[in-house]
Amino acid sequence: MQTSFTNRKQVLEQKEMNIWERMYLPAIVKGMAITISHFFRKPATIRYPEQKRTVSEAYRGLHILKRDDVGAERCTACGLCALACPAEAITMEAAERKPGEENLYREEKYASKYEINMLRCIFCGFCEEACPKAAIFLEEDFAVANYSRDTFIYGKDKLVEKPKHGTKAFDVVKVGRERELN
Amino acid sequence: METLINFLPSIIIIIIMFAVTLLIALYSTYGERKVAAFLQDRIGPNRAGPWGLLQPFADGVKMFTKEEIIPVSANKFLFILGPSIAMVCCLMTGVVLPWGGELTLFGRTFYLQAVDLSIGVLYVFAVVSVSVYGIMIGGWASNNKWSLMGAIRGSSQIISYELSMGLSIVALVLMTGTLSFREIVNQQHGGILHWNFLMQPLSFLIFLICAFAECNRSPFDLPECETELVGGFHTEYSSMKLGFYLFSEYINMFISSAVISALFFGGFNFPGMDWLLETTHSQNIVTLVGVGAYFIKIFFFIFFFMWVRWTIPRFRYDQLMNLGWKSLIPLALFNLAAMAVIEMVKHQHLFGF
Repeated sequence: MQTSFTNRKQVLEQKEMNIWERMYLPAIVKGMAITISHFFRKPATIRYPEQKRTVSEAYRGLHILKRDDVGAERCTACGLCALACPAEAITMEAAERKPGEENLYREEKYASKYEINMLRCIFCGFCEEACPKAAIFLEEDFAVANYSRDTFIYGKDKLVEKPKHGTKAFDVVKVGRERELN
Repeated sequence: METLINFLPSIIIIIIMFAVTLLIALYSTYGERKVAAFLQDRIGPNRAGPWGLLQPFADGVKMFTKEEIIPVSANKFLFILGPSIAMVCCLMTGVVLPWGGELTLFGRTFYLQAVDLSIGVLYVFAVVSVSVYGIMIGGWASNNKWSLMGAIRGSSQIISYELSMGLSIVALVLMTGTLSFREIVNQQHGGILHWNFLMQPLSFLIFLICAFAECNRSPFDLPECETELVGGFHTEYSSMKLGFYLFSEYINMFISSAVISALFFGGFNFPGMDWLLETTHSQNIVTLVGVGAYFIKIFFFIFFFMWVRWTIPRFRYDQLMNLGWKSLIPLALFNLAAMAVIEMVKHQHLFGF
């Protein structure tokens, strides 16, 4: 007989079944008691579109570009997030703040264009870690679905946090939206 | 004219029964999915209508509108004949079942039963054994080895289990002395203690196991076992022909439950029947409550079928044959002999002839 080199080998004990076991019926009754106990248990289902699973605070979902207390964008287009991104999903273009826009952009330099390709993004959160201005965060929204690929490139219109009511940015965004509508 | 009026109740009952059978089969599919879901801690279909109640109709529309494929190498006539036989046979069995007692309407008294055949039990057995041809012909005509293997398994399984089913019923018939469903049900009148499953527990057990096998339900669903035979005998079927096969399985389940309830659980008898008759003095009310009681029993057994399906894994083929030939048939024979002795002692024929 070949000796075993590990201690995992176990000799299976195959006893003859006694008459009680060979009747199967007791085992069947036991099994059916188990299944019927599940019948009255609360289902584990989350009815998805109506109910959503609560996620942890550290959950890494879709990105958001934060504003500060007065509603100005925090991002200064330093490019560290794009550098940190292992999937190379982030591109941006910088622009200089003009006088009078102090309430819209916190620093003198800001991102005039900021795009994340959600098909490339792996939601690792490195951009969040790299950001020196606490501007980009990964939040809990996660279901990205659409019919065409180009809609997955998210620009500033989708990424920037909605301005709070009463800030200068709120009025600017509102005016801009009304202009678009007209 | 007079004969037509005499037949009218039967015809009406047949039409109602047909509709009710189809409706119950329709909702059995929904029930099956719901029961399966609850037994697995899920909630099951809930999108079509409130609690998914319209799901069977959605499935029906799907079945009807799907592309119908008949393989080139299949025998076209037999390919269509297979599901037809399966469907027709399972609809035919319900005719002899007693759905309720006497009902008096418009000055006429009739039984809630389409036909009271004196050989009702035999009739059910005959029709059920023809229904295996549906599986056999369908599987053979598909010209596909998986279908054929499924069909062969199906036929051998049904033949093996029909023997012990028949023997268990012979023991019951020995006691009741009749093959008419109405007679058997009437003899169980007068409380739960008179129901046959207490008089004949062994017969009941064997009959129940064989009913599972006859319906091709798990754990005896070898003819259509997905893991080994793709889809079994209905691999090549699509559209409503597949729908007929699936539908006939559910109708069979309903009919089996009805037969079990009638033979062993008192049919339309219910506890407190005489008391209700004395207090209301109306046979009609008692009959209608009896129909309700019968359907409650049937629904319980349909639920039981589903409960077993989602509990017990499928038998291997040799286990199936061993159980049928080496366990159930000897057991049924023993039961029959024991019943014969008991009946003889009961009627003093053993020593006093």
